[in-house]
Amino acid sequence: MAKIEVHNLYKIFGPRPQEVLSQVQAEVPKDEIWAKTGHTVGLDNISLSVEQGETFVVMGLSGSGKSTFVRCINRLIEATAGEILIDDSQVLELSDREIKQLRREKLGMVFQRFALLPHRSVIRNVAYGLRVQGVAREERLQRAQHWIDVVGLSGYEQVRPRQLSGGMQQRVGLARALCTDPEVLLMDEAFSALDPLIRREMQDELLRLQQELHKTIIFITHDLDEALRLGDRIAILKDGRLVQIGTPIEIITRPADYYVEAFVRDVNRARVLTAKVVMDREVALIPVSTPPQDALRGMRKLNQYLSYVVDHNRKYLGVVLAEQVASASKAGDPNLAGTLIADTPTTTPDKVLTDLLAVSAASTLPIAVVDEQGVFLGALPKALILRALASEHEILRVLASEQEGEELLSAKAAAWEAGEDWD
Amino acid sequence: MNLFSQLGTWFQECRASLSQILTTFPEGCRIPLKEWSNDGLRSLVRNYGNIFDIVNDQVLLILYRLEGLLLALPWWLVILAIGVVAWSASGKRGLAVGLALSLVVIGMFGLWDDTVRTLTIMLLATTLTVLVGLPIGILAATSRTVQAITNPILDGMQTLPSFVYLIPMVFFFGLGNVAAIFATFTYAVPPMIRLTNLGIRLVDEQVVEASEAFGASTVQVLWGVRLPLAMPTIMAGVNQAIMMALAMAVIASMIGARGLGAEVLRGVNNGNFGQGLEAGLAIVVLAIILDRITAGYGRRLDYSTEPAQGGGRG
Ligand SMILES: Nc1ncnc2c1ncn2[C@@H]1O[C@H](COP(=O)(O)OP(=O)(O)OP(=O)(O)O)[C@@H](O)[C@H]1O
Ligand SMILES: [Mg+2]
Repeated sequence: MAKIEVHNLYKIFGPRPQEVLSQVQAEVPKDEIWAKTGHTVGLDNISLSVEQGETFVVMGLSGSGKSTFVRCINRLIEATAGEILIDDSQVLELSDREIKQLRREKLGMVFQRFALLPHRSVIRNVAYGLRVQGVAREERLQRAQHWIDVVGLSGYEQVRPRQLSGGMQQRVGLARALCTDPEVLLMDEAFSALDPLIRREMQDELLRLQQELHKTIIFITHDLDEALRLGDRIAILKDGRLVQIGTPIEIITRPADYYVEAFVRDVNRARVLTAKVVMDREVALIPVSTPPQDALRGMRKLNQYLSYVVDHNRKYLGVVLAEQVASASKAGDPNLAGTLIADTPTTTPDKVLTDLLAVSAASTLPIAVVDEQGVFLGALPKALILRALASEHEILRVLASEQEGEELLSAKAAAWEAGEDWD
Repeated sequence: MNLFSQLGTWFQECRASLSQILTTFPEGCRIPLKEWSNDGLRSLVRNYGNIFDIVNDQVLLILYRLEGLLLALPWWLVILAIGVVAWSASGKRGLAVGLALSLVVIGMFGLWDDTVRTLTIMLLATTLTVLVGLPIGILAATSRTVQAITNPILDGMQTLPSFVYLIPMVFFFGLGNVAAIFATFTYAVPPMIRLTNLGIRLVDEQVVEASEAFGASTVQVLWGVRLPLAMPTIMAGVNQAIMMALAMAVIASMIGARGLGAEVLRGVNNGNFGQGLEAGLAIVVLAIILDRITAGYGRRLDYSTEPAQGGGRG
C-alpha cells in the first residue's frame, strides 16, 4: 500500500514561478531557464510513490533538489505544481491549520545539522514535539525519557545539546523525531555531518530501530554507500529530475544513464552483491548414492575436476574430486560416501560478498550456497567472486541469467524428482 | 528694431531676477515647518492635555515611590544588593566587590542621594524603553513593511540632536523629572528596537525550521524559539539603551531632572570644575555597574558560546 504518493511535482524558485512553469513543462533545460528568467528549477516533474514501512532513499549531487523534495512533503517549502498524497489526503490543499496538524501527528523530521534547540536540555528537546501538541508535562517527559533510553542517551537528560558530540546530538535529533510517534520520518542528510565511524553506527542504529518500528522513511543522502545500506529503494535526482528509481541491486547493476553510472562507479560492490546474485546455478549435482565409476564418467564428460554431492532430498553433503573418485572406482566402492569431502565452506544466499571474501580466501574449495534446510542452491567458486567484483559485465551476465538460472534449477529439480539420471 | 529692444529689456530683467534667485535664497517660498510643528504641538497639548497630565501624575507617583523606597533603605543595603546582582550577573566576585566599593566612594563624595535619584530616573526610562522597544522590535522583525517604516524613523531619531527632544517634552509634561524620563526614553529607544529586530532576524533559521517541522504555530515559534535565542542581542539592546540614557543625564537636567546631571550642570554654571568632576565620576561608576550587569546577563543567555564539555553522566 502506498503511504505517500507524489504526482508531477514541480518547484520553481523565483518571484513568478507560475509564469515559468509552462517553459519547465516544455522541457527547457534548467540552465536555460535560469539564464532567461532568473528562476531556479528545484523539482521538475517528480512522480513516485513510497510504500508503507519502506525506507525510501533519495540520492543526488549537491543542488539536485533533494532537500527541496523532502521539504515539499511537509510543506516547509510550497510546491509550484503537482500533487502529494499522504494516506489519501491531498497535502498541498490542506489549510494552514491542517498542515500544522499533519506535521504534529504524522511527520517527524531529522536535520543534517541537527537543528536542536540550544536553550533546552536534551530531554526538553526530545519532548519538544509533544509540547507543541500541548501534551501535559508529566506525560511528555515520561515519553521523552523512553526515547532517550532507546537511542542510548540515558544519563544525559539535563545536558544542553551543545555539550554533546555530533553523534550524540543526532541521537537527540532522532529521539526528538520519534517521540511524537510519527508514521513518516523525513531525514535530510541526517548522518552527513558525522564522521565515518559514527555515521556507520547511526546507520546501524536506524536499521535496528526500523526493524521494530516499521516507519515509512524518506532518507536523503548524497552518499551511495549509505543509500545502498539503508534503502529498500533508491531514487536518483539530477537537476530536479528523477533519473532512476530502483532497488539497490538494480541501481548498481543497471544504471539508467551515465549520471547514475558515475555514481555507481566507485561503489564497493562487495557490500551490495549477495551470494544469491553472484552464485553459479548451473552446476551439475551428483547424488551420493551414485557408483563411483558412473560419477567419474559424468565428470569426464562435463570436463569437471570437482563435483557437488547431494542426498536424495538435494541436501548438500560436500564435494568430490575426480582423482579420488577414480581411486574409489578402482577400489570398487558402492557409492560416493567414502570419497566425500564434507568439510567445505557454505553460506546462506543473502550474505554479501564482503562477508564471504574471508571465507573464500581461507579455503581452496568453492563455497556452496545452501538454504536454511541445507538444500543446495548454487556454487561460489573463488574465481566467480573475483570476477563479480571486478567487472560490470560479469554481473550483468549473472543477473541476466538469474531468471534463466532459476528456471534451469527448477527444471533440474523436476528431473531429479522424476528419477532421471543426473547426466 | 522695436521688437529687438523689447526683447532686450525683458532679457535684462530676466537676468537680474535670475541672478538674484541664484545669489540669495528666495524668501517668498519658505516652508513654514516651524509654525506647523509648533501649531501641531500646541493643538496636541490643547486637545490631549488631560491625558498628558494623567501620565505625568502617574509617572511622578511611581518615581517618588521608588526614589523614596531606595532613599529610605539603608545605603549599605542598597549597595550590597547592587553588588550581589552584579555578582550573579557576571559571575565575577572581584568585579562585584570593586563596583560596590566605588559606590561607597561616591557616597563619600556626598552624592549618595543624587546617585539614587539618577538611578531611579534611569530605571524608569529603561523600563519604558524596553516595554515599548521590545514589541516594536518584534513587529519589525516579523514584518518587512513595519521594518521599512521604522528604519528611516530610527535613523532620523538617532541623528537628530538630543536637545531637540527636550522641547516637546517640556510642552507635554512641563519642566521636571517626567519630561526628563520621556526625553531620555525617546533618545534610548532606537537601539532597543534595532537590536531586538536584529536579534530575532539573526536566529538560526535551521532551528526555526525544525520547530516548524514539528507543527509549531507562529506564536510558539516566536516565544519558544526566536525570543529566547535572540536574548543575547536583545540584552545588548537593553545595555545600549541604558548607556544612551546615562549619556542623557546631564542634558535632561536642563529641563529639570534632578540627580547627578543637575550637579554637573551646576558645576558648569558656577565654573566649579571639582563639583562637575565628582558628579561626572559618579555617572561613570553608574554606567560601569549597569553595563557589567546587563552584559553579564546577556552572556549568560548566549547558548552559542556555552563551553562544549563532551557531557558527563548524571
Ligand atoms: N530558497 C531558495 N531560493 C532559490 N533557489 C533555491 C532555494 N532553495 C534551493 N534552491 C535551489 O534549488 C536547487 C535544489 O536545491 P536543494 O537544496 O534542494 O539541493 P540539495 O540536493 O538538497 O543539495 P545539497 O546536497 O547541497 O543539500 C538548487 O539549485 C538551489 O540553488
Ligand atoms: Mg540539501
